[in-house]
Amino acid sequence: MNHLRKLENKSIFIIREAYSQFKNLCALWSIGKDSTVILWLIRKAFFGHVPIPLVHIDTSFKIPEMIQYRDRLALEWNLNMIYGINKDALKKKDTFPDKNVSRLQCCKNLKTEALKNTLNGTWARYRFNHDTKKYEIDKNNEPYTGVILGVRADEEGSRSKERYFSPRDRYNDWILEDQPPEFWNQYKTDFAPGTHVRIHPLLDWTELNIWEYIELEKIPTVSLYYNMGDGKRYRSLGCWPCTSPVESDAKNVKEIIEELRTGRFSNIAERSGREQDKEDMGGLEQLRRDGYM
Amino acid sequence: MLGVENKENMNIVIVGHVDHGKSTIIGRLLSDTNSLPKGKLEQVKETCRRNSKPFEYAFLLDALKDEQAQGITIDSARCFFKTKKRNYIIIDAPGHIEFLKNMITGASSADAALLVIDASEGIQENSRRHGYMLSLLGIKQIAVLINKMDIIDYEEKKYNKIVNEYKSFLKKIDIKTEIFLPISGFYGDNVVNKSDRTKWYKNFTVLEVLDNFNAGKTALENAFRMPVQDIYKFTNNGDNRRIIAGTVESGKLKVGDEIVFYPSGKKSKVKSLEVFNAEPPETVSAGESVGFTLKDQIYVKRGELAVIHEQEKPKVTSRIKVNMFWLSKDPMIIDKEYLLKINTAKVFAKIEKINKIIDASTLEDFEKNEIERHDVAECILKLERAIAFNLANEIISISRFVIIDNYEISGGGIITEALEDKQSWVRDKILLRNYKWEISEITNDERAEKYNQKATLILITGKKDVGKKNLAKALEYQLFKDGKIVYFLGIGNVLYGIDADIKGMMNNKENVEHLRRLAEVSNILLDAGIILIVTAVELTQNDLELIKATINTDRIETIWIGDEITSDIHVDLHLPVIKSEEDTVNKIKNLLQEKGIIFKPF
Repeated sequence: MNHLRKLENKSIFIIREAYSQFKNLCALWSIGKDSTVILWLIRKAFFGHVPIPLVHIDTSFKIPEMIQYRDRLALEWNLNMIYGINKDALKKKDTFPDKNVSRLQCCKNLKTEALKNTLNGTWARYRFNHDTKKYEIDKNNEPYTGVILGVRADEEGSRSKERYFSPRDRYNDWILEDQPPEFWNQYKTDFAPGTHVRIHPLLDWTELNIWEYIELEKIPTVSLYYNMGDGKRYRSLGCWPCTSPVESDAKNVKEIIEELRTGRFSNIAERSGREQDKEDMGGLEQLRRDGYM
Repeated sequence: MLGVENKENMNIVIVGHVDHGKSTIIGRLLSDTNSLPKGKLEQVKETCRRNSKPFEYAFLLDALKDEQAQGITIDSARCFFKTKKRNYIIIDAPGHIEFLKNMITGASSADAALLVIDASEGIQENSRRHGYMLSLLGIKQIAVLINKMDIIDYEEKKYNKIVNEYKSFLKKIDIKTEIFLPISGFYGDNVVNKSDRTKWYKNFTVLEVLDNFNAGKTALENAFRMPVQDIYKFTNNGDNRRIIAGTVESGKLKVGDEIVFYPSGKKSKVKSLEVFNAEPPETVSAGESVGFTLKDQIYVKRGELAVIHEQEKPKVTSRIKVNMFWLSKDPMIIDKEYLLKINTAKVFAKIEKINKIIDASTLEDFEKNEIERHDVAECILKLERAIAFNLANEIISISRFVIIDNYEISGGGIITEALEDKQSWVRDKILLRNYKWEISEITNDERAEKYNQKATLILITGKKDVGKKNLAKALEYQLFKDGKIVYFLGIGNVLYGIDADIKGMMNNKENVEHLRRLAEVSNILLDAGIILIVTAVELTQNDLELIKATINTDRIETIWIGDEITSDIHVDLHLPVIKSEEDTVNKIKNLLQEKGIIFKPF
């Protein structure tokens, strides 16, 4: 079995384990390459079906193509698509693009807060209605107790300390010292009321693995990842005011794989185009403690 | 064409006593193989300068603020690095005694281990304890790195003394390794580059040792074993597949193979191998997360072990002898109920007896009546119900279990012996019956089509004297009039016939035997395609589980008659009062129609 199939099998096992053990399970879909691979693995795990809701946090500053791509796949793959948004902060213009708060605070407002309150059901969840093809407020506001995420260990320091099943207590705190052990395919699936568990099926994957797998399975991705003629492409996707592309000639998946293999980026962090990381000296750690993904 | 990079991956765990220099060695490996992101080294050096600390390679790994403040590695971090031969994931397991659980987490996914001993401090408690844990976790490939050779001036004599002492310890715990290296993580001697300062040492560097390890072997040669992870039936878009899903632990499976599920002993044939976005494969084998459908509609649960009929049987029992370690602050005590998880099965477990506690660092035995944190014990566990497994010396991956206490994984171990238990006789009967069962050429689906109904057991339960029997008869008559093939099995029909030998003795044991016989008779009638109606007084969930385990279909509808449900059973329909028999019969008919057991009239 080659290394991609090995990774795939383990990830599928983890996804099935989560599905079998958590009543209120969802997957976070940021529209980026990693969580899109997660979505694909869910389809593989359940033989073409996607039996859990996909949750997207809309900051309103996402690159428009990302939203179009999201809704196209939601329709084509018959997804139970849900998004959450911090309407209040947007109304008050407590955002970085409005020049009212720092980048870090903006991330907190539009992502961390929105995510926390969407997951626990405090704020409205907008669900895609496949008949009307419009989003409407979801009647279900039960908290999600399990959340599947596309986090990878090779991204940066704080993420390499993660577990496949990582419990957060009711305040979303991340208690590093107290992480339960994981061995022999046994994970933390028994939990006290009030906790929720984050599940990371891609923990062992690298950026190169992700692209190799996208190529192998022909998974559709957003064109923002490719050089469309201007000599630039995005390596990591986020909100347009805080994300910049890298210089690259790669026009398709194969060329990205080639580019990564030549080691052109081996000394440049994948998220180097993400400005908020630079403000957080701990390399996302502060943000992650507060519940950022 | 651009193919997939075909380099193999290998997980390596690095263990050893606190401060013996594991992080320094990894930092050195990463740095000397140019595996660090640009600017990382400079950034860490700058941080050290600002905090007025001398730079150490270990700081490279301390990507987290907290960790640097505490000065010890507290979790199994993963570092990636590659050689020409392989991609490595180095799992840094912490040395601090309090964090043994993280060491086990790190080591359990590893193909090989590096064990670090400080040349100046010599063998310490954790040097031995970690060595023992590696042997308990089944890691056979181990290289021992005698680190900080610079502090003992690269002296061969002192090095040999430590090597010989540790070798004799390893021998006692059945680890055979000849790989010992004199190194200095701090100065880089024999890590990536061969050192001039140890001219007396002619062997490999750490990097070369890594490349010489063998990647984990697949268990292809073993018998087929797949713990059932889940059963899927997604009815979206008319999908009628009922898929048994799981990850193959050993062996191979193909369409047409006759499969037996343990502990129930139910069997069927593989009808199809299921996949998404690919051609169905000819066979599936160890390591693959798979799904298959069965020829017969048998009731199988998560936690059962799928095995090929002709191959060696697994062990099935509720009493096991184990070697285990304990990680939790609260000791494991006798008479307390814990959860035991093995593969995908989960059962309650109690300690029946602690045979002995083994001190992992001195290997001495002593007697205790509880298992404390960091203890390694040999004991007998009594389980709430039987599980299917193999012994550690047969197929290690399905002999491993963990213990959950207060929602946390608190311990783990391997099963070394399957012991007899009280229910062996009941279980053996069902196992043997299922094993010998003649599966008809007529499938359940074919019968269902012919009879216009799905064979179903309707269990009517509730308190005494609430009209269960009359209702059952009325229901039988109505379904018969509707053209269904239906039978009401009166309890008297069983008690004075099949139960003649135990009637009147009805204690707990006889009651279980009565239920078993009732379920066996039901099983035959259901196999014939009949809708069967049975009544019983205040059935419990346990009774229902026993019936479910005995009969070979998952179609059971339970109906409770009476205001209040007075047992712990989960029912499909609760009918507080019987207003009129006709009304009640119609309600039950509605239930059967909704579940697709009989057809709804147009």
